[in-house]
Amino acid sequence: MREITYQQAVLEALREEFRRDEKTLYFGTNINYELRQEFGEARVRGTPISESGFVGAAVGLAGSGFRPVVDIGMATFGFVAMDQMVNQAAKITYMFGGQAKFPIVIRMTVGTGQFMAAQHSISPYPIYMNTPGLKIILPSTPRDVKGLLKTAIRDNNPVIYFEHRLLGDITGEVPEEEYTIPLGLAEVKRKGADVTVVALARMVHVALDAAAEMAKEDISLEVIDPRTLVPLDRAAIRASVAKTGRLVVVDEACATCGAAAEIISLVVEDEETYALLKSHPKRVCGPDIPIPFSPPLEQYVAPDREKLILALREVIKKSPQ
Amino acid sequence: MSITREELISMYTKMLTIRRFEERAVREWASGAIPGLIHSYIGQEAVAVGVCAHLGVDDRIVSNHRGHGHCIAKGADLKRMMAEIYGKKTGYCKGKGGSMHIADFSIGMLGANGIVCAGLPIAVGAALAAQLESKDRVTVVFFGDGASNEGAFHESLNLASIWKLPIIFACENNLYGANTLIWDVVRLSSVAERARAYAIPGRVVDGNDVVEVYEAAQEAVVAARSGEGPHFLEFRTYRWRHHFEGGYFPDLRPKDEVEAWKERCPIKRFEQKLLTNGVLDRAGQEAINLQVMSRVEDAVGFAIESPFPDPEDALKGVYSE
Repeated sequence: MREITYQQAVLEALREEFRRDEKTLYFGTNINYELRQEFGEARVRGTPISESGFVGAAVGLAGSGFRPVVDIGMATFGFVAMDQMVNQAAKITYMFGGQAKFPIVIRMTVGTGQFMAAQHSISPYPIYMNTPGLKIILPSTPRDVKGLLKTAIRDNNPVIYFEHRLLGDITGEVPEEEYTIPLGLAEVKRKGADVTVVALARMVHVALDAAAEMAKEDISLEVIDPRTLVPLDRAAIRASVAKTGRLVVVDEACATCGAAAEIISLVVEDEETYALLKSHPKRVCGPDIPIPFSPPLEQYVAPDREKLILALREVIKKSPQ
Repeated sequence: MSITREELISMYTKMLTIRRFEERAVREWASGAIPGLIHSYIGQEAVAVGVCAHLGVDDRIVSNHRGHGHCIAKGADLKRMMAEIYGKKTGYCKGKGGSMHIADFSIGMLGANGIVCAGLPIAVGAALAAQLESKDRVTVVFFGDGASNEGAFHESLNLASIWKLPIIFACENNLYGANTLIWDVVRLSSVAERARAYAIPGRVVDGNDVVEVYEAAQEAVVAARSGEGPHFLEFRTYRWRHHFEGGYFPDLRPKDEVEAWKERCPIKRFEQKLLTNGVLDRAGQEAINLQVMSRVEDAVGFAIESPFPDPEDALKGVYSE
């Protein structure tokens, strides 16, 4: 199968969906030249730096039958449009009793790794998980991002698409033929028997790397990528933990009230899965601090392969034989 | 007057409908029958009615927290409105929204809103939708003087201006944001002056004179429909009642000021004009009043008799299919 980059996969998804549905439209302060060439200035629309204004305009467009894709850029800029995302887009379907549909895709980039300090390195998806009415996709591979983004554009609800900044240049196999990936379907990225590792975004690659390393010691990891946080594939996570009896969740976001905490909860709250646990579940997350700038500081706080392996050894060691 | 007799009678009837509806809602709230809060539109009837007189069912309005008058002026059903205010299953939003979130997408009423200024960006999107579809429909967004100090106000005026959108910014300057006098927080002699900064024509209108409102709105609507871009109208008016019923803080506006504005009652003034010009006689006026009272009574009866939603409906309708 051919290989393309994550960014190329994003562009293919947009191009295909824009060809498919003329009600799609793109907003951004830094718009893609190729898309503008093909679809024109009216549909691929440069905006002033007015996040609250153009996210709100996307809500009004969506309520009028359009399917806007809004590029906020770094997730940190999303905070100036919070009212429109949290109070408006997320709630109006429900609060107006389902009178209208609000299909909106909002793109934001997340993650550490480029030494951009506290504001530009955040992974704030847990904030949005705590906002009922939004859907959240967090793809880790070129194949996933294309299939999920296409589904997100066709979805009749606001979907936030988080893209890890370091994934843009990675390559991977992407089918040339048409395909979509449903929201709420996790993927087992590597089958294994000893420990379930649920990994998010770039951490999927870190987990796969750790799995290769641990395999040398005959420890077999099952790496699960939820791919979408809302809806979350609870069944797939529970099924894997029921099989392995051990769980480590690895995520770059702050630990407190995060996706990892939710994933551990859904395992331990389930009586059957809980009964099958061989050791305590563990999360490997960013600490509850703003991300620091200086490379040694940033590298110290971001989860990596070594920190994950340390956690894995702990849950294996603590297991009753 | 260049307004037809039918239009005059229709506007008078609508203003009276809003007044009677609001009086009744206030009374029902005081009796404990209506849960939560209501923000009464009493005193501002001429604005909604004079503006909406120019709008067809295809035109859009976006409203704010004080939205009952806008709904009625745009043609919303009194029964479904009152049922929503009562929290009943038969309400516009199936009891999920209440007074602050009434919407009727079937008549182009895109929703009231509990967040000051949040409707402006949404209205910009609705207006952009009309422009993209090459439709000659217009969007009117109603907001108070207080909204003009929000960032989204300035972002929205700028977007509407640069994209030359068919939108009318209808500012209801009732002099107070809750208890804050607008001239304490705006250092200009009018809110409309702010439109000039965005190259949008703006003017101040007597919002308690429905004929003046009608004429100003006509000019703006005709211009917006013919592709001349946005217009800004500042209607000077006054709310007779406190910011909301059930206020957890007192109404601090000077009593003599409230009384002086009641002397300038938009309905009494219009009624006097119609009687003097022979458009209406006492018998006709009384007949309209009786008919309006009976419709409001029916709405209250409908609301009272309607069932509450099933409690488990709370869990439904967060997402669209």
